[in-house]
Amino acid sequence: MLWDALTLQLGYNATLVTVGAALLGIAAGATGTFLFLGKRALVSDAISHATLPGVGLAFMVMVAVGGDGRALPGLLAGSALSAGAGLLCVSALTRRTRLSEDAAIGAVLSVFFGFGVVLLTVIQSMSAGRQAGLETFLLGATAGMLWNDAVVIAAGGALVLALTVLLRRPMTLVAFDPGYAAAGGMDVRRIELAMMGLALAVTVVGLKIVGLILIVALLIIPPVAARFWSERVTRVVALAGAIGGLSGYGGAAISATAPDLPTGPIIVLVAFALFLASLLAAPGRGVLAAWLRHRRHRRRVHLRQGLLALAQGQPIYEALTLRLLRRAGYVRADGVATEAGRAQAAKALLDERRWQILRGDPAHEAAAARYDGLTPPERWLTPDQIAELDRHLGPEAVT
Amino acid sequence: MGMQFVSLSLPPLLIGIFAAVACALPGNFLLLRRQALIGDAISHVVLPGIVGAFLVTGVIATWPMMLGAGAAALIAVVLIEAVRRLGRIEPGAAMGVVFTAMFAGGVLLLEQSDTSDVHLDVQHALYGNLESLIWLDGLGWHSLLDWQALTGLPPELPRMAATCLGVGLFTAVFWRPLKISTFDEGFARTQGLPTGLIGLALVIVAAVAAVAAFDAVGSIIVIAMFICPPAAARLMTDRLERQVGWSVGFAVLSAVLGYVLAGYGPLWLGFDHAVSAAGMIATVSGIILAVAAFFGPCRARAGAPAEG
Repeated sequence: MLWDALTLQLGYNATLVTVGAALLGIAAGATGTFLFLGKRALVSDAISHATLPGVGLAFMVMVAVGGDGRALPGLLAGSALSAGAGLLCVSALTRRTRLSEDAAIGAVLSVFFGFGVVLLTVIQSMSAGRQAGLETFLLGATAGMLWNDAVVIAAGGALVLALTVLLRRPMTLVAFDPGYAAAGGMDVRRIELAMMGLALAVTVVGLKIVGLILIVALLIIPPVAARFWSERVTRVVALAGAIGGLSGYGGAAISATAPDLPTGPIIVLVAFALFLASLLAAPGRGVLAAWLRHRRHRRRVHLRQGLLALAQGQPIYEALTLRLLRRAGYVRADGVATEAGRAQAAKALLDERRWQILRGDPAHEAAAARYDGLTPPERWLTPDQIAELDRHLGPEAVT
Repeated sequence: MGMQFVSLSLPPLLIGIFAAVACALPGNFLLLRRQALIGDAISHVVLPGIVGAFLVTGVIATWPMMLGAGAAALIAVVLIEAVRRLGRIEPGAAMGVVFTAMFAGGVLLLEQSDTSDVHLDVQHALYGNLESLIWLDGLGWHSLLDWQALTGLPPELPRMAATCLGVGLFTAVFWRPLKISTFDEGFARTQGLPTGLIGLALVIVAAVAAVAAFDAVGSIIVIAMFICPPAAARLMTDRLERQVGWSVGFAVLSAVLGYVLAGYGPLWLGFDHAVSAAGMIATVSGIILAVAAFFGPCRARAGAPAEG
């Protein structure tokens, strides 16, 4: 069943939804990356909640002029307008008053959403509004998706993606260092607005599939997950697009396999699973990698300290140190050093002596900064320099 | 008029006022600490909490659901902190990851479980149903003195009043530590104040207020009242004492004006259906904030140029 869904064999509607969700995910992941890198991920929360009054007003206007209130392009246009108004409010509150951006975001999202709810209750009392079904925009509804809806979503997603690729350089610069971008002659404000405008477009396009409350997740989670895997912006953008696309595709496919698996939440949960996997398993920034790194470092410190203790004839009590020394074959079971152990210990002590000389000599300042108590000085110095150091050591030390 | 008002409008009005004040008080400190969106996050994660509690107990009862919501809020706070530290991610994004995922989980749970015969759905969680909290035993103003009739009050009213009182007491008792640690955490630490604990206590009090208010009025009011009245108050004055005073005033004003406009506004305009009170209260609080942003005496950032 799941395989059928993944290979798009569950019928016309399921295929439309799956392909649409994948495109949406790619566009959302790539666009959201710039917001995330600029530390403004939650602006998308304000944008998405601010779409609701636009949906309501568009419905009322379309009914008033005698059209079908539920026509998707009209509703999307309305939602884009009100989300844009919300965005301008966030920007104005942040720039013109002393409120911080998070307060502006919270104020705009709650007020616009509240006003949207008022409009929804007005629509419910209109004669044309009984079956308007505008509530589906809250959480998305894919059951009745039409070919035209899918085309709107696909075209919108592709357009957003193209613009993201086109604007990636200025957006990267502004996300990381707006001051530098301004000094370079860029219109920072306009680029920021473009950045958020793209997020707005993704939100509007995604209303039908995942709904306005959960579209935020598609703009935030894939970039955060992708950030674990790379330090390069272009790669993070590409990865975020891939993770978003995978979430959309996989989530829509899973939700097609059973009647009571709503598409939006499943897509978000798939994205969250990918995030968790990245958090744990990514090399470099992942939790597992960090833990392994920590463990390796601890072993090196213990082994080094154990060898130094051996060299100076001090007794070792620390259990982990003893175990590591024994496993390396440096001490016997009763704690007495072996031949190899004595050799390694003498080398460790020699390293320490050389470092001591080196760090006392201003000529070696650059190398001295590398001292970490673990690495032998040969790592940073040439054999000539080592020989030079050794001339300062007493002859008895070099054995 | 008196009888209708007491039985139909007084309880929701009072509940709205108490909920608004209970959220606005901690909101002041959250705003100054740049944690304003905590209220937003909490009100999203409350959904999986109440659905989970419903699945465990099988009934729609207040206390299990409040406990479930509280537990979910606590889990969310811990998860946000864990994601932030383990993944070295900025707090806003960490919050976004956690609360959207938990909300999605809540919606999924709701769809999976058979809740068709009980009143539990996403819309209710968002809008609440302030209008339905009526007092059938309230036959007029004299009922306020009648013990028999008072026991028929909607249970949300005493609960919300107690929450509001508790939040007020917390703010009053811990005023100095809260104030010091909000403005200058380093100084607070040198004074021997447990700043981490104070921050956590503030978030927990906010969560309690959010969960209690959410049960009565839905999450829109919660988010709006956490942010809008304190933000408007911040534009009115430079002193924290006055800011808290203004914010309580704005919260009460939003609740009263919003409720009245929602209930009677459409009638005045010739419609015969009331609109959502929760949505209208949030809208009014936004209008108040807009007015403050245009005319508030302390609206500009200190030292900012005239045209910023």
